[in-house]
Amino acid sequence: MKAIVCVKQVPDTSGKVAVKENGQLDRASMATITNPDDLAALEAALRLKDATGCEVVAVSMGPFTAESMLRECIARGADRAVLISGREFGGSDTFATSQIIAAGINKIGVGPEDVVFCGRQAIDGDTAQVGPQIAEKLGLPQVTYAAEIEKDGNSLIVKRLLEDGYMKIKVQTPCLITCVKELNEPRYMSVPGIFSCFDSEIEVLDYPALQDDPLIEVDTIGLKGSPTNVFKSFTPPQKGAGTMLAGDDVANQLATILAKKHLI
Amino acid sequence: MDFTLSKQQKLVQQMYQEFAQNEVKPLAKKVDAEEYFPKETVEKMAKLGMMGIYFPKEVGGAGADVLSYVMAVEEMSKVCGTTGVILSAHTSLCAAPIYENGTPEQKAKYLPKLCSGEWLGAFGLTEPGAGTDAQGQQTTAVDCGDHWLLNGSKIFITNAGYADVFIIIAITGTVTDKRGRKSKEISAFIVERNFPGFSVGKPEEKMGIRGSSTCELIMEDCIVPKENLLGKKGRGFQLAMATLDGGRIGIAAQALGIAEGALDETIAYVKERKQFGRSIAAFQNTQFELAEMKARVDAAKYLVYKAALKKQEAMDGAKVRYSVEAAEAKLIASRTASDVTRRCLQLFGGYGYTRDYPIERMMRDAKITEIYEGTSEVQMMVISGALLK
Amino acid sequence: MADFSEYKNVWVFCEQRQGELQTTDFELVSEATKLASELGCKVVGLLLGDNVKGLANEIAGYGADEVVVCESPLLKDYTTDAYAKVLCDMVNEFKPEVLLIGATNIGRDLAPRIAARLHTGLTADATHLDIDTKGYVEYLRESSTIDVDNTTFDWEDRNLKMTRPAFGGHLMATIICPRFRPQISTVRPGVMKKAAFDSAKAQAVKVIEPAFELSADDIKTEVLSIEKAANKLVDLIGADIIVSVGRGIGKDVEKGIALAQELADVLGGGVVGASRAVTDAGWLDAAHQVGQTGKTVHPKIYVALGISGAIQHTAGMQDSECIIAINKNETAPIFGVADYGIVGDLFKVVPQLIEEIKKAKVA
Repeated sequence: MKAIVCVKQVPDTSGKVAVKENGQLDRASMATITNPDDLAALEAALRLKDATGCEVVAVSMGPFTAESMLRECIARGADRAVLISGREFGGSDTFATSQIIAAGINKIGVGPEDVVFCGRQAIDGDTAQVGPQIAEKLGLPQVTYAAEIEKDGNSLIVKRLLEDGYMKIKVQTPCLITCVKELNEPRYMSVPGIFSCFDSEIEVLDYPALQDDPLIEVDTIGLKGSPTNVFKSFTPPQKGAGTMLAGDDVANQLATILAKKHLI
Repeated sequence: MDFTLSKQQKLVQQMYQEFAQNEVKPLAKKVDAEEYFPKETVEKMAKLGMMGIYFPKEVGGAGADVLSYVMAVEEMSKVCGTTGVILSAHTSLCAAPIYENGTPEQKAKYLPKLCSGEWLGAFGLTEPGAGTDAQGQQTTAVDCGDHWLLNGSKIFITNAGYADVFIIIAITGTVTDKRGRKSKEISAFIVERNFPGFSVGKPEEKMGIRGSSTCELIMEDCIVPKENLLGKKGRGFQLAMATLDGGRIGIAAQALGIAEGALDETIAYVKERKQFGRSIAAFQNTQFELAEMKARVDAAKYLVYKAALKKQEAMDGAKVRYSVEAAEAKLIASRTASDVTRRCLQLFGGYGYTRDYPIERMMRDAKITEIYEGTSEVQMMVISGALLK
Repeated sequence: MADFSEYKNVWVFCEQRQGELQTTDFELVSEATKLASELGCKVVGLLLGDNVKGLANEIAGYGADEVVVCESPLLKDYTTDAYAKVLCDMVNEFKPEVLLIGATNIGRDLAPRIAARLHTGLTADATHLDIDTKGYVEYLRESSTIDVDNTTFDWEDRNLKMTRPAFGGHLMATIICPRFRPQISTVRPGVMKKAAFDSAKAQAVKVIEPAFELSADDIKTEVLSIEKAANKLVDLIGADIIVSVGRGIGKDVEKGIALAQELADVLGGGVVGASRAVTDAGWLDAAHQVGQTGKTVHPKIYVALGISGAIQHTAGMQDSECIIAINKNETAPIFGVADYGIVGDLFKVVPQLIEEIKKAKVA
């Protein structure tokens, strides 16, 4: 039995975000982190390992610098890590990305009891599309927005968040689950984990390793092949600054303005 | 001296920082105000392999190194001095002497449980009449054939209220030197909390590190198995002094952490606090104070890290001693902690004197580092003794 | 260039839960009428469920010309497998040019799955849609820093231009899907304006009930239960008044939240929102979160208490009609989007403000 976890290294958009003059994100100047929802996915997989002793495999698609993040996954408790990386994959949209990752997962192999865990969405793109699209390509049932996961024999019972409540869904393995932050508290890297993670070999799957996989359509990968393209990207203008109120009677000034504007 | 952190050390430092911010800092005020021993933090540290950081995996340790251990004490102490000393006393004063002096059986019995954090460790040397003058011991251990019988008491024992295993120093007889002068023969023992005749007294009420459990140990006809003599009979004083050499590096790291933590708080505060229409960071007095404190903290840091690297050499099998390095590190780091926390509090002004801000706690926590595991005066004796021999 | 001539009409997937249409459906149908008029085609609602045909008039009242209804007991509650199968079958049969899906937790489960199966692109969480380049350029003039007058545009372009925030709202990206059809986008709830309900149009609706195949074997998941949240839900999207709290309440979290609620009450029955820092810290649950990863709101009055105004937050509230910010730090970016700003300690200013508003209301 395996738990396969998809993780992404993302720029930390909660901190200072640098945008280049041409409207593109200046990734080089920003700190990178493991996508927060993906850490919840990793923790879900590690808990499955705690309960069943299953193997945990972390998978990421990205540049070679994502290797450090995969080592951190091992330091947290993952058994293996696979990096899908190749120039040909660069610029892929979610459609293209999901077929590449699905092909990579195919290489790892999805057994009858296996579970693929993904984060709900990545904080750079915020699309929440790659998880379900991997499930579609692999022909796996999916449950998204998982806030609780319980193992019940060969099935999982998942509490799936809705805006106005939740659904309890029973799903048979193999399946794909996308996890929200609320699912759990990700564990820290452990000291022994940190001191052994650099000894593990990170398996790399490049374009030649995947190109013959039946899931790969050579004309829909990478920047050129992606079905969607960026037509324009731009920065929103800052709204003009308003009025700053000052003095001992600011509360009175504001109440007067609101009354005048019939807002109260 | 190469202070470049390895990639493992960088990553482990990052983990400690996240852990300290998220798990340790939120409890620090309660630990101080309620004299609360943070059991849950100890359990969390145990899960992460932090209770046996630099011991090899074969004995249950994390397989890291001394500097990674020192950084752990440092990072915890940045936000909570109590948590720092719990870790230091357990590792340096209990697990370390067993690792360094224990028989294979003793190591196999105690180290895995100490390193996993299932057991917490402590060290009993100080007595009411034997502080800096460690030769003034009164606790006795009598050889009763198949066991030892211990009688006496120890005071100011860190972790005592929660520890499961204690290293106890006791008199096992008298020795006569070549000139016919008699002196006490001192030995070390591994004593478990539930040995018959062993009890722990009430915790002390302290000025700082208030959550650290500091109690008296009482031994009344305490029966200790024969095989629990640690090291050779009659070598207990040397064992205690060597243990304190390691312990002092831990306390130096604690002092360093407290100073760094106070500086971090102060830097944030002076940017926010406004007087005379501008942030007090804009005043040159603030800038110069910060600059000097930072330089002193860095100086202390280099001494602490240097001592850690020297101990690492010993761990790796080199025949080196690090008494002087440890004494220098502790002397300077503890003075820096007291000095920096006092000056930081001054920059906070009246707010710093209130318990709304952590700076007065840090100032109180800092003071003990100049006292325990050898006062600053003892450190100077160690250093000057080496200079003038 | 592929031949798309057989792809026609703008479709809206109309999500129902327990037989009730979602507000987002009406926003999307209203927006679809704008796109359909630019394309010169019809707006078609797609409704899946069990015994839901009666909702078709409501959909039409907001602008749908036709409603395709697929009814089956297997479609009563949402399941990815059943809905994806039927939706894909309908798209393959009718070939819409554009398909809009609300970016709800259900829409965002369904849309990627069907886009992958239909072999087409998908844009997530769009906040602005255009067909005509002219309208798009005007939008850019208003909402971007692009010098549109010195930029070349293809005025004949008929692709759907789907604009969405990315990187936590720091960047906006316009996405197109030129090589495949349909062009699919999920659309952020609360952003598109709902049109006025047109009863005549509602009555004139044409309901189409095509045959489709669906069996229990198609569904790999089982819905065990559906629970409504026990607590009264925070309806940020529909609120006229929102008082949000940020990290600045850290000194006394309980009091900070209580003050925000009291202020919201005196302003006229508002609700309490929160920045991500607050929900991350667990001071309020995620339902309160306003911003890029939370809700997008445009109330009449938005008060930000102790919120620094990271773009992640402002992305979700900057279109509020009147923004009031109270923050200790005069350089906080929140003041850059505020209509009225007060530099001060919220714990001091808010109680005064509550009193003054009470007085002003009496006067």
